[in-house]
Amino acid sequence: MSTPPDEPGAGVDLTLDCTGQRCPRPIIAIARAIGSVPVGGRVELLADDPATAPDLAAWCRMRGQELVSSAAPRFVVRRLG
Amino acid sequence: MRARAYLSRVAEVRTPVFLDCSSGEPLLPEAREAWVLAASSGWGDPQRLHRSGRLAAQALDSARERVAAHVGARPDEVVLTGPLAPAAQAAVAGLTLGRRRVGDVVVTSSVEHSAVLGAAAAYGRHVAVGVDRLGRLDLAAWAEAVGRPGVALACLQVANHEVGTLQPYVAAADACRAAGVPLVLDVTTALGRIDTADLGGWSVLLGWAGAYGGPASVGFMVVRRGTRWRAPFPADDHQHGRWPGVVDVPAVWSAVAALDVVSTTREAVAARQRDLVDHLRREVGARVPDVDLAGDPVDRAPHLLTFSALYVDGETLTLELDRAGFAVASGSACSASSEHPSHVLAAMGALTHGNVRLGLTRTTTEAEVDRFLDVLPGVVAEIRGRLGAA
Repeated sequence: MSTPPDEPGAGVDLTLDCTGQRCPRPIIAIARAIGSVPVGGRVELLADDPATAPDLAAWCRMRGQELVSSAAPRFVVRRLG
Repeated sequence: MRARAYLSRVAEVRTPVFLDCSSGEPLLPEAREAWVLAASSGWGDPQRLHRSGRLAAQALDSARERVAAHVGARPDEVVLTGPLAPAAQAAVAGLTLGRRRVGDVVVTSSVEHSAVLGAAAAYGRHVAVGVDRLGRLDLAAWAEAVGRPGVALACLQVANHEVGTLQPYVAAADACRAAGVPLVLDVTTALGRIDTADLGGWSVLLGWAGAYGGPASVGFMVVRRGTRWRAPFPADDHQHGRWPGVVDVPAVWSAVAALDVVSTTREAVAARQRDLVDHLRREVGARVPDVDLAGDPVDRAPHLLTFSALYVDGETLTLELDRAGFAVASGSACSASSEHPSHVLAAMGALTHGNVRLGLTRTTTEAEVDRFLDVLPGVVAEIRGRLGAA
């Protein structure tokens, strides 16, 4: 049985649950984990710190990754390199 | 003995290199002297007809003339106020009152000072216009927003208080004028730092003495003649009902003494600060890996630099820099009173964690800047190591 597309965990290679963690910890978590998915793969980040939305977008820009969706508390990043 | 111990502790506290000028320059010695002189001169209530009252009234007239000259206004347009927050509230509330038949929309940029954003949200329906990656206003969106029906007023800063980026205030004022909308121009970060004698077609101008080395209790609201501004408080005898309550004459005298000093020395100080910030910007980018430099590198207020280091929290960074002898500000969440990161950095798409906001004082030296640059990379690396991000 497949997961519906809007549910957490749908269509992603890895889920990081950083709920309750303050920035920069969620960003550090995705930086450490992004290399473990193949290029083109998706990482889902669950984080409720208010700085996650701007900081994940800035991290993707600085690190050349793609922010696929940003809807707190659920974010999806695609590994480009 | 106890007093001496306290004084030596105060002396210790003052030793760090103070690079936190973004929210206010320390009181200038000339401003302190002017305050002491005015406070000791026996000036009385400027409302009174006796000699000491008349002397106080003359001092206030002189102060209004000097403020007016600095911002290209008429002396009778100058209202002596308190800090930025109450002045911004009076400007916005007074214009929404005067323009209530037109509408109640208040247009601002998304990177205004929180005092201005707070006033806009409190007294009208707030519409925030976005900025680009450098923090500069989207002029096309601004013109469209102020051109819609129902706009009571618009507010824009001359220079951003966190990242220094200069706004296109003349073009923004032209768009307001074309739409028949009064513009409140917040000159706080620019006053005494760029030439403010001709700032375009504003209707109300806001300034604050604490930003340039005057007393923190004094500000200005300059209301152009013909502006439909109505006092949003009960009228009294002071300042023709445009600002309530007695005026603190020695503080105002001190504020204009500081304004005279910074204006006289503006070009030399700004040129030196500009060089130091250029140097800092280059070297921070070169010496600290994964750093996000914010704001316009060229078209900016001379004394500000903001940057963010990836994988570092702003609170620890601020405290570690303080331990190393440097007082800096930060726009990161938890590093100030707010749980939310700086709205300015977020609106620009800049990194908000690991943020450092430097504001150089008039007396900041190259040696102090170089010491900061020597210390910063090690502090950042140590915190990254502690967080497991090295």
